[in-house]
Amino acid sequence: MKRMMVVALVVTLALAFVFLLSGAMLELGPAAIDLRAQVSAHLAESGVSHPVTAVLLNYRGYDTLLEIAVLLLALLAILAVVGDAPASPSRATHPVLQTLGRLATPLMVVVAVYLLWAGAFRPGGAFQAGAVLAAAAVLLHLVGLLPGWSTPRLRLRIGLAAGFALFLAVAAALLTQGSLLQYPPDAAGALILLIESGLTVSLALILAGLFLFLAREERA
Amino acid sequence: MTTGFVFALAGAALFALGVAGVVLIGHLLRRILAFNLMGSGACLVLVGLAQRHDVADPVPQAMVLTGIVVAVAATALALALVRKLHALTGQLELLDDADK
Repeated sequence: MKRMMVVALVVTLALAFVFLLSGAMLELGPAAIDLRAQVSAHLAESGVSHPVTAVLLNYRGYDTLLEIAVLLLALLAILAVVGDAPASPSRATHPVLQTLGRLATPLMVVVAVYLLWAGAFRPGGAFQAGAVLAAAAVLLHLVGLLPGWSTPRLRLRIGLAAGFALFLAVAAALLTQGSLLQYPPDAAGALILLIESGLTVSLALILAGLFLFLAREERA
Repeated sequence: MTTGFVFALAGAALFALGVAGVVLIGHLLRRILAFNLMGSGACLVLVGLAQRHDVADPVPQAMVLTGIVVAVAATALALALVRKLHALTGQLELLDDADK
């Protein structure tokens, strides 16, 4: 009986919230701060021609810097939680699945490189490219071609941290020129591509690690 | 009433569904799913309201892109903690202090 009342109360409150928020959104006036004009006005000096990439890596570059830091932190926390349990051996799956994995992986690598390059002028970029690469790694693990990862050794550690370190190095180097992550307009395109390349490698390893480090026998 | 508004309204509904799920569901895996539903709803509101004018505003889109990645990281961490809890106690629900 008490449980029923709690459910009814929560559902009523949630419905009221939806109605209030919908009403507020329907009566919303024009935005008080309109950034679209500023974004398009400075697009020429941002080094890229796609506005979302310009926002992510130029105007609000520190957001992206902290984002990769958060990802790295989450991975470190997962490594701390799983401890040093040995990776479980990969199970052999059906040969058709393995062949599909072998065929799909090179295509996914090509798509990732394209996405990284296309980010400068159309939807795409380091995060999408890294996600595709990580998906390829997860696919290889699921068909039994890539074993789960145990505690990372030096090479993998460098790969995991490289994107963040590279981004931080660029930010620190630019700090001597002026303010944080304020690229000189003529070098902005090259710097953004450099940062995105490093981010792609590290993101792919981190996102794959979120899955592959957990792919082991859990024990108390 | 543009498509952007439809997205934003659906986002509000998803967010409320997620909140109700987080409050009402005890099973931790489903609670994590409900929490992700909340995040998706918030992203839909941001993106939907960003395109209610003729030209979409790229700033909220970039923020949502950042938010998706952080949500993935948080979800993975939550799943790792749930697995550890299951390995240690065999439970998939949080116990009240009174139940111990």
